[in-house]
Amino acid sequence: MSKTSNPPAIPIYGNPLPLEVEALYHCINGRNLIDGLNLKLETMGITVVMGSNGAGKSILLRLIHGLLQPTSGSIKWGGEMIGPAIRQSQSLVFQKPILLRRTVSQNLEFVLKLPQNQSKKRPNPNGEGLAMGDQLLKMVGLRSKSNQLARSLSGGEQQRLALARALATNPKVLLLDEATASLDPASISIIEGIVCKQKLLGVKVIIVTHDLAQAKRLADDVVFMSRGRILENTSAETFFSQPNTQVARDYLSGNLSFEETNAS
Amino acid sequence: MQDILQSLVLAVNLVFSGDSDLFEIIGLSLRVSFSAVVCSVVLGLPLGSLMAVGNFRGRQSLMIVLNSLMGLPPVVVGLVVYLFLSRSGPLGWMELLYTPTAMIIAQVVLITPIIAALSQEILSQLYEEYDEQFRSLNVPRWIAVRALLWDARFNLVTVSLAGFGRAVAEVGAVMIVGGNIDHLTRVMTTAIALETSKGNLALALALGLILITISLIVNASLFFVKIRSEQHARSQ
Ligand SMILES: Nc1ncnc2c1ncn2[C@@H]1O[C@H](COP(=O)(O)OP(=O)(O)O)[C@@H](O)[C@H]1O
Ligand SMILES: [Mg+2]
Repeated sequence: MSKTSNPPAIPIYGNPLPLEVEALYHCINGRNLIDGLNLKLETMGITVVMGSNGAGKSILLRLIHGLLQPTSGSIKWGGEMIGPAIRQSQSLVFQKPILLRRTVSQNLEFVLKLPQNQSKKRPNPNGEGLAMGDQLLKMVGLRSKSNQLARSLSGGEQQRLALARALATNPKVLLLDEATASLDPASISIIEGIVCKQKLLGVKVIIVTHDLAQAKRLADDVVFMSRGRILENTSAETFFSQPNTQVARDYLSGNLSFEETNAS
Repeated sequence: MQDILQSLVLAVNLVFSGDSDLFEIIGLSLRVSFSAVVCSVVLGLPLGSLMAVGNFRGRQSLMIVLNSLMGLPPVVVGLVVYLFLSRSGPLGWMELLYTPTAMIIAQVVLITPIIAALSQEILSQLYEEYDEQFRSLNVPRWIAVRALLWDARFNLVTVSLAGFGRAVAEVGAVMIVGGNIDHLTRVMTTAIALETSKGNLALALALGLILITISLIVNASLFFVKIRSEQHARSQ
């Protein structure tokens, strides 16, 4: 399936950008969890989404991936409304990985064998000659555990498997929702390494994280959220050196860890 | 007390003497209930899957109906099936009344709702767990269902065993539609009822012992399948 004799160094992807979000609302029980949010992302690389707990980061990620329907507003990727076709070109790694009750390799096989993924051409970054599943497992350091039940893995290993699975579909956009929260350092560094590599391969990465050090390591630009809105959307350099808003300054100095979304 | 002991001894003798009547009855019981379970799984599993992953009109009502059917008194099921199969009933022309087939039909009516409702519950739970990931991956619905069935297979076997246990132990419905005819439709439960009323306690008790043994075996397998499935689900 994956015996490309000379894989392209950089796969030629259609550019998924810009991401344009306009006047986005997501309301549940009368609460505006996303509250008239506007966002435009035009540059490739890694966008880090930050903001205290309850700011609406996970909801935003699900909305731009098309897992949640907005109450109103529009979401466009590369000029097209979000829908199954665009979702197909993206992968989302959840904070808590959802793995099938199967072995590690069967979890990957499941995705690789989906009809829509059969025809996709895959770049062959490492481990040439290996089956695609094995390549992915090698990449996340789980080849020796391929026959183990996925749910018997440690938290970090499960998340690495989830990342491998996310990449099995060859996404143009990779979304990570606090994917490294409370993982072991080794897993965090493996995941960060892969994320950086994906960026070099031309994948647009959007990650949610609370880990400031990680944000500084990875971010090309930062989106800062509070109460269902975007307060800042700038380059990482600007954000970390001179944040615009008091809320962001408080967040960066560790004085703001939790907020209620629009109590009214 | 003396009576019970005497009967017990007789019963054990009967079992080990290889009484042919006895084994005929046991054989028919197992055959009828096994066939019923197979049919019920064939009917109930798709129904349960449909209710677990489908969002169609009337899904809620269907679930309520199935859940109430689960608790139907077997005699009532027997009566209804009787009415359908009796000479003047809509299916009378098939001449199935007082045949093993009639008993299978009654047991199918009895346990299909159980299998459908329990498998719906199991599959819904797993579906809820997988749903967001499946939607993120754009998993086609039929593949999603297949994955749910496969990953819940141990639990579904448990459900089938529970259905078998209920079918084989049931007496009211098979009595009505089978008629407890010697060498034709006499199964363990109806034979026990008959022999007890005739005062033939040894045979009744022998059959009872065997029924209990079968029930024990089924429950033991249930137990082991459960353990296996929990290991599987938890995967440590
Ligand atoms: N399904 C839901 N129903 C009601 N409230 C929700 C639901 N999902 C999220 N919320 C609320 O929306 C707010 C934002 O949630 P979320 O996006 O998960 O925050 P975070 O920025 O920490 O990821 C939180 O206050 C959360 O309690
Ligand atoms: Mg979150």
